[in-house]
Amino acid sequence: MTDLKQLPTTSSVDPRSADEDSPGGTGPPELPTRWSRAQRIRHGLGQVVRRPGLLLSIIWAVIVVIAAFAPTLLTSVDPLRAAPKQKLLAPSFQHLFGTDQLGRDLYSRTAHGAGLSLGAALIAVAVGLVIGSLLGLLAGFLKGWVDETLMRIVDVLLAIPALLLSLALVTALGFGTVKVAIAVGISSIAACARVMRSEVLRVREGAYVEAAEAGGARRSRVLFRHVLPNSTGPVLVLATLEIGTAILAVSALSFLGYGAVPPTPEWGSLVAGGRDFLGTAWWMTLLPGLVIALTVLAAGRISRALGGQDGTRW
Amino acid sequence: MNRYLLRRVGQAVLVLWAAYTVSFLVLYALPGDAIDARFGGDANDVTPEQLQALRAEYGLDKALPLQYLSRLGAALTGDLGTSLDNGRPVTSLIAESLPATAAVAGLALLLGIVGGAALALLAAGSSTGWLSRLPLNLPPLGVAVPGFLFGLVMLELFSFRLHWFPAIGNEGLGSIILPAITLAIPTGAIVAQLLAKSLHQAMSEPYSDTARAKGASERRVLFRHSLRNAVIPALTIAGVLVGQLLAGTVVTETVFSRTGLGRLTATSVSSQDIPVVQGLVIFGALVFVVVNLIVDLIYPLLDKRIVNVRRRHVRTAEVT
Repeated sequence: MTDLKQLPTTSSVDPRSADEDSPGGTGPPELPTRWSRAQRIRHGLGQVVRRPGLLLSIIWAVIVVIAAFAPTLLTSVDPLRAAPKQKLLAPSFQHLFGTDQLGRDLYSRTAHGAGLSLGAALIAVAVGLVIGSLLGLLAGFLKGWVDETLMRIVDVLLAIPALLLSLALVTALGFGTVKVAIAVGISSIAACARVMRSEVLRVREGAYVEAAEAGGARRSRVLFRHVLPNSTGPVLVLATLEIGTAILAVSALSFLGYGAVPPTPEWGSLVAGGRDFLGTAWWMTLLPGLVIALTVLAAGRISRALGGQDGTRW
Repeated sequence: MNRYLLRRVGQAVLVLWAAYTVSFLVLYALPGDAIDARFGGDANDVTPEQLQALRAEYGLDKALPLQYLSRLGAALTGDLGTSLDNGRPVTSLIAESLPATAAVAGLALLLGIVGGAALALLAAGSSTGWLSRLPLNLPPLGVAVPGFLFGLVMLELFSFRLHWFPAIGNEGLGSIILPAITLAIPTGAIVAQLLAKSLHQAMSEPYSDTARAKGASERRVLFRHSLRNAVIPALTIAGVLVGQLLAGTVVTETVFSRTGLGRLTATSVSSQDIPVVQGLVIFGALVFVVVNLIVDLIYPLLDKRIVNVRRRHVRTAEVT
């Protein structure tokens, strides 16, 4: 879901005060164009430090990425090693997230699960973004009947609730993390196409596009050299947000049992695995679940900052 | 007015047909058919002849376009095929599961709208201080926390620790409260975000300033002038919200071990019961289309100008 939050107070707390803005003070509140790269980076870092929520989100995202690519940096415990004597232990310094019914360390399992969960989310976003953007690009650029047809298809895809559509795709494709990821990705095509199309429609109106067309550039050149590079910003913002949404959708599908095969750790299936011990071992569901929630929150926060929705511009 | 209505109904039928086609393409045209998925593979001792017989029984041995036409024709008469699991008609399976789900989803919709609107009004009414930011900081949380986690935490707290509500099952009023709250949270979060945004916009529109200039209190501006206009953008996503609610029951009914449409979906996906899954997808699209049709009928009551404007422009703005 698109985050529509727009704080009424943000403008007043915007640290980028007027004197940093365009010198005349009359232009639109864009970044001053004459900043060097170093200045931009310093400005960006300043923005991050002044927003504790954003800073925490970035730190969390880095931790999750480390867990996904090199989980052994965060834990040396084997996520599959069972120790029956240590089963169902509550969280402690030895086992940060406690242990499960087979005595496996849940912190290690959650850390090792990041790879599969994040990987699946990335596949989903890649599928949705590539196909969706392509459709949106064509629709917005060619207009006319192509636009009408493509947008009608998008309307239909939006008429089927996303989770139901991905469930239907999972039924057809079969079970497993990669198939679940592809299903989630296909379900998000419609939303991506919409964003890309509206962006292309906006960019097309730009003077430089008109100039290129007047200069006799071929259509494909206008499309790929001028329209596409200028339309990608909002789509990348959407992509960041979609990673969070995809993590939610993938974990819901693996919670239902269509994703990772049991001994392999994956966030959704870790939560599902704790279901039977709800009354006795709360940590088995709550802690991996909180990791999912924090990751989704962090993705949303970073996406909002990238989109400049809270006064931050990059 | 009648032309407006007629066009909407026509569009609704078209969307429904297209949704049928999409679900057919996904479920029947992808490589491997319903029989292969269920009975094929090495684990089952079903002979190729038996598979062929099964295919013939379900009409899967014909060419795809023929299958499509005959199935679509049947669907038009209200026949969505029969379950591969138990041979019962898909429509009666859906009809049986509907009441339990409708009760939970209905309560959830009510809770979500009331709660979300309350948060948005609270935010718009208290324009300064931390109190105005609090209602707006809650919704991102409501969207980020997975539904199954909410459900499980509530089960843990209210059923296992406090014993206020039964942990599982469909029995009695007590059993629908926790699932309804679980479902209502993401709905309420979206309602709150959308309504807060459009209220914020409406409060700074010229008509609000005019009202203020005439001496109306902030409260009067909010409730008499802004709210009515702010509701329109929020209404555009009603269809998406209800669809999401319906899809959300797949997870909540599993968490709370209830029977209903969501559970039917989960089990038929697990057993790859393709006709039932298709029936449920079409039902989801039907709900979406009907809700949007109702919203289309409400629009002109809120704003007389809308009949003349093509609503697609309104709708495209906010949906994702």
